[in-house]
Amino acid sequence: MSDLNARLARSPVIQLALMRLRLFLREPGGLFWTFGFPIIVSFILGLAFRNKGPEPIFVAVVGGGHADELKRTIEQDPTVRVTVYSRDEAREALRLGRVSIVADESGSNGTVSYRFDDSRPESRLARLVVDNALQRAAGRSDPKGTEDSKLTEPGARYIDFLVPGLLGLGLMSTGLWGIGFSLSEMRTRKLLKRLVATPMRKSDFLFSFLVVRLFILLIEVPSFLAFAHLVFDVPIRGSLFAISAVAFMGAMTFATLGLLIASRTESSHVVSGIINVISFPMYLCSGVFFSYERFPAFLHPFIRVFPLTMLIQALRSSIIDGAALGSLLVPLFTLFAWWAACFGLALKLFRWR
Amino acid sequence: MIESTPAAVVCRGLKKSFGDVCAVDGLDLTIHAGECFGLLGPNGAGKTTTIEILEGLTDESAGEVQLFGMTWKTDAARLRERLGISLQETHLPERLTVRETVRLFRSLFRKGRDVEETIELVALGEKASARYETLSGGQKQRLAVACALVGSPDLLFLDEPTTGLDPQSRRLLWEVIRTFRRGGGTVVLTTHYMDEAEELCDRIGIVDHGKLIAIGTPEDLIRAHVDPANVRPAERLGTLEDVFMTLTGRHLRE
Repeated sequence: MSDLNARLARSPVIQLALMRLRLFLREPGGLFWTFGFPIIVSFILGLAFRNKGPEPIFVAVVGGGHADELKRTIEQDPTVRVTVYSRDEAREALRLGRVSIVADESGSNGTVSYRFDDSRPESRLARLVVDNALQRAAGRSDPKGTEDSKLTEPGARYIDFLVPGLLGLGLMSTGLWGIGFSLSEMRTRKLLKRLVATPMRKSDFLFSFLVVRLFILLIEVPSFLAFAHLVFDVPIRGSLFAISAVAFMGAMTFATLGLLIASRTESSHVVSGIINVISFPMYLCSGVFFSYERFPAFLHPFIRVFPLTMLIQALRSSIIDGAALGSLLVPLFTLFAWWAACFGLALKLFRWR
Repeated sequence: MIESTPAAVVCRGLKKSFGDVCAVDGLDLTIHAGECFGLLGPNGAGKTTTIEILEGLTDESAGEVQLFGMTWKTDAARLRERLGISLQETHLPERLTVRETVRLFRSLFRKGRDVEETIELVALGEKASARYETLSGGQKQRLAVACALVGSPDLLFLDEPTTGLDPQSRRLLWEVIRTFRRGGGTVVLTTHYMDEAEELCDRIGIVDHGKLIAIGTPEDLIRAHVDPANVRPAERLGTLEDVFMTLTGRHLRE
């Protein structure tokens, strides 16, 4: 055991990775943005936009005669709330908008008369619902078979749209800030120069960044998905393999973009500016909070090329729709192209000293 | 002239210009193995540029550099194993402890000293578990020297190692440097303190405007360049620093 410890203490990759990991874990701000922020945002937005079920329809029934029976009949539709009023009270309630329709069966001929405002959509809806309930109770059968499919099942709600978006956003910020900004800080503080003045192999240094990025990814993705699944019942339909492959490709792409951003710049202020300039358009357009389809059509080809758009699209397909890896080749290939371009450029541009 | 052991540092016609500014302007220098060599000169004279070229961190514009008979172009990996470097300003990672930092640097060398022993050597034993951000200036500087020593180098480059330190910390670093030399190591340092140069260095080179304008032992330089008529007549018994050390003691304050 102590032999193993000694060997770990002597391994440059392990020691460099431990440095990265310790610096990450000892920076409360970084921890919050990586782990806390997506959970808090999804929690707030998930609560704000949760589906509350259909709005009830308020109906007044004029008292006397068969009023109670009429009330019971109409209430067979669970979306209707019926109150019995006197004729004057009912008219007043309709005028004030407390009810959408007044139903009156107090006449002698057994007809139900509806009183409602034809210009208000909810009144017209109430007329249809109430009449439907009465006619069915009186024995009307519907000759045409129909079926309702309601958009309330898990997978089609706003929170289901949001979670993959926030996950992608997190992978982008962890890559750009965690790699790009940390590297530029090491450069401005001359730590990079000091390390290069040792026999350190540059590949060990870069590899240690990769190792730590993967380690954080292994906590970042499962913790957020578990939260979304347990708290909001967001379905995880895709295979673990497909989701991992997409998350891995996204994390690598943005980590390499971070490496490219930090390849030369001497000032970390400039780097944080560049990171903001790069991430803001994607933050806005790539479909984190709403679909990019809402932007004008001529912008779509550009938006579709953004790495975040591709990442989120692939995450959404795999997590929510359960898409297999084979159907995600376009976004995965686009991400790979971004990764390769950034890596090639970073290799050419990166300045060690 | 053939020597059995090649000189630690040889540079010939060294030049470095940044745009129009000529930082090093044709510098010739030989530093022998086992020697402690001091580069003195006013700010902007080209000391740091020279030392960073020797360290292989800056490329020369012209001239050639050999360390132990090797060049940076052909033997960089082997040279790195034999060099210990303390830059003029390095901010080591704020949130790493002393031990973690020394262990990191140790791991980057194939051979080297024991981590705990190195920490003791620079008198940071009590601070081994303290984070870099909590250290005083003197402690930070000693940690930087520990990182330079942990790979057991043959050649130690120290760029202004004692600037801004209190006399106790300076003396302690001097002692560390002397211990290193007793083991046969070669030291190249820059300093603004003449007493430090006199105390530590076998030979001194004075640099100005990118050129070496004088070189020799401290005694030779004084004999050659000081006019006896300008020297204070009374024999001095000591320096003000001796007074300070007598009154405040040698132990470290931090």
